[in-house]
Amino acid sequence: MNPELQGRTLPSTEPYLVGREKVREFARAVLATNPINLDPEAARAAGYDDVVAPPTFAVVVQEQTLAQLLAEPDAGIDFSRVVHGDQRFTFTRPIVAGDLLTATLTVPSVKTLGGHSIVTAETTITDATGAHVVTAISALVVRGEED
Amino acid sequence: MPAPAFDGLAVGDIVAEHSFPLTRDTLVRYAGASGDFNPIHYRDDVARSVGLPGVLAHGMLTMGFAVQPVVDWAGDPGRVVDYQVRFTRPVVVDPEVGAVVSVVAKVGQLDADARVARIDLTVKLGEETVLGKAQARVSLD
Repeated sequence: MNPELQGRTLPSTEPYLVGREKVREFARAVLATNPINLDPEAARAAGYDDVVAPPTFAVVVQEQTLAQLLAEPDAGIDFSRVVHGDQRFTFTRPIVAGDLLTATLTVPSVKTLGGHSIVTAETTITDATGAHVVTAISALVVRGEED
Repeated sequence: MPAPAFDGLAVGDIVAEHSFPLTRDTLVRYAGASGDFNPIHYRDDVARSVGLPGVLAHGMLTMGFAVQPVVDWAGDPGRVVDYQVRFTRPVVVDPEVGAVVSVVAKVGQLDADARVARIDLTVKLGEETVLGKAQARVSLD
C-alpha cells in the first residue's frame, strides 16, 4: 500500500451513456418498485426526461474509477485483501437515462491503522455539460498481512 | 405520488418498514446488473476458500435495497440527496432458504432551513445489524 497515493487525481474516464434499459435492469436488481425508476411515463409525469436511476446506480460509474485505482502500477493494493468499509453518495441531482457521465477519482486520504490501510477514494461524476451530478466516496480497507 | 410534508415530521417517527427476502437468484441478478462478478457472491467453494461462512450478498446490493422503502415513502428517487452506509457485517445467503433482511426507517434529524430530513436506517439479518451509520438525506417540500 503506497502512502503517496494520497492527493492523487486519476485521468477522467471515457463518458458513460446511461441507458434506459440499464437503469430498469439495475432498479429491478435492487428491488426498487417506484414507477419513476421503471416507467418512462411516470418519470416524465414527475418532471424528468426519462427513468431515474436508483441512488446506488452511481456505483456502476464509480466502479470504473475504482478499477483504475487498483490498476495503478505503484498503488501496491492487493485486491484480494480489499474490503469495502463505507460508501456514500452525495447528489446535486439524480442520474437520469440519457445522461452522458464522466467520472474522475481523487484520493483524499490514505491512513494506516494497526496493520490495515484505509484508502478513501472520491469519485466526482459530471454530466455532458460539465455540471456536477453526484460524488461517490468509498473507504476501502486493505487488510494487513497476517504473517 | 405526493411527497410527505416536512412540517409533519418529528424526530423518531418511523416512516417506513420492509422485509426483503433474498435468494441466490437475487445475488446473480445484482451481479449482472451491477457488473460486480466477484465469485464470493455466487460460488460457495470460492467463498469458503477465502474463509467466509458461505456466499454473501454484495454490500452494494444491501445498500441498494435498504433505501428503497425511503424512496417509496418520499415518492421520488430524486428526493434522496445523500446516502451513506458502513458495511459492518456480511449477509450470508443460504442456497436453499436464502436470507431475510429487515429495514426500519426512522427520522433521525430535521434540517428546517434546508427542508431535508435525515432518515436513519436499521438494517438487520435476524437480530444482527448489517449496516452501520446508514443514513439517507431526503429533500422535502
